[in-house]
Amino acid sequence: MTAVLSGKEIARQLTEKFPESIIESGQDYLVVKNESLLAVAAFLKDTPELNFDYLNFITAVDYYHYFEVVYRLSSLEHNHSLVLKTHCADREDPTLPSVTGLWQGADFQEREIYDLMGINFEGHPNMKRIFLWEGFAGHPMRKDFR
Amino acid sequence: MEVGDIRPYIYPDIELDREEGQGIEDLKANSQPAIPDPDKWLDEELSQNILLTSADALINWGRRSSLWTAICFPACCAFEFIAANGPRFDLARFGMEILRASPRQADLMITAGTLTWKMAPNVQRIYNQMAEPKWVIAMGSCGISGGIFASAPYAVVPGYNHIIPVDVYIPGCPPRPEALIYGIQMLQKKIAKRRNLTLGKD
Repeated sequence: MTAVLSGKEIARQLTEKFPESIIESGQDYLVVKNESLLAVAAFLKDTPELNFDYLNFITAVDYYHYFEVVYRLSSLEHNHSLVLKTHCADREDPTLPSVTGLWQGADFQEREIYDLMGINFEGHPNMKRIFLWEGFAGHPMRKDFR
Repeated sequence: MEVGDIRPYIYPDIELDREEGQGIEDLKANSQPAIPDPDKWLDEELSQNILLTSADALINWGRRSSLWTAICFPACCAFEFIAANGPRFDLARFGMEILRASPRQADLMITAGTLTWKMAPNVQRIYNQMAEPKWVIAMGSCGISGGIFASAPYAVVPGYNHIIPVDVYIPGCPPRPEALIYGIQMLQKKIAKRRNLTLGKD
């Protein structure tokens, strides 16, 4: 059984290295600011005792005032996992850094989120729609679609 | 923070995507009204009680007894079709155990499952490639009306009859193999009534 690491515990490690990057931390999750997402993600992946080498999934939630993007990370070596979240307040042109450089598996999932939620991932090599066709108006998984 | 080398993509195929998207938008715009039921003539013929010629009877017997199905199963109803094709329900009894990968060798299209607008041009193309005479069975709720997706119609075709003419509708989500076989028998009855050699107006 994969052990779920405490978000609070990791937040404590992160605040030393990246001050002001944590918005919130709970028993099983960690919310970081979107501008420090990439740095935190790289830290989580590259630190040997954390070694989050596997990205289970990315998903996005529309909370009307902001979008929340959820990354579930696992370490195959240490058999532990963590839920990393970030917020994106801009509704007109939401933009987040892409994690495809860290985890290749993020490629299609970020395209899916772009397609259905309209969140741009900067640095993604092929940021275009994946399910719907080019020229489709709007992003159907947004709460205010239609 | 530097991100490592990003995989270079071989095809920056945005032009292809735009072309495809334009095709889908055109199809969507052109297929708003459903294609009317092509079965009106069945009732007329019954009321007029026209007798078929023996040549018609022979041709129709041949056609209805060897319906070959095009492989075009976009979604989950296909599994009921597979079950119907298996030994338990044994569709081979009706002379249609052969599934044709090439639409040019097929007579019947069983549209098993949800059709998205992105897939719709391809299904229409398969239909257009089938040689006459050809028939279509709309299998399952999604094939008839969009089914559970009908209330969120941004991506799902609200029934196959918007893009191709449908002969027989089989309700169910999914229909049981018995229902499918019943629908096929209905289609065979319809084919049996078809006039191939027309005298005078038609």
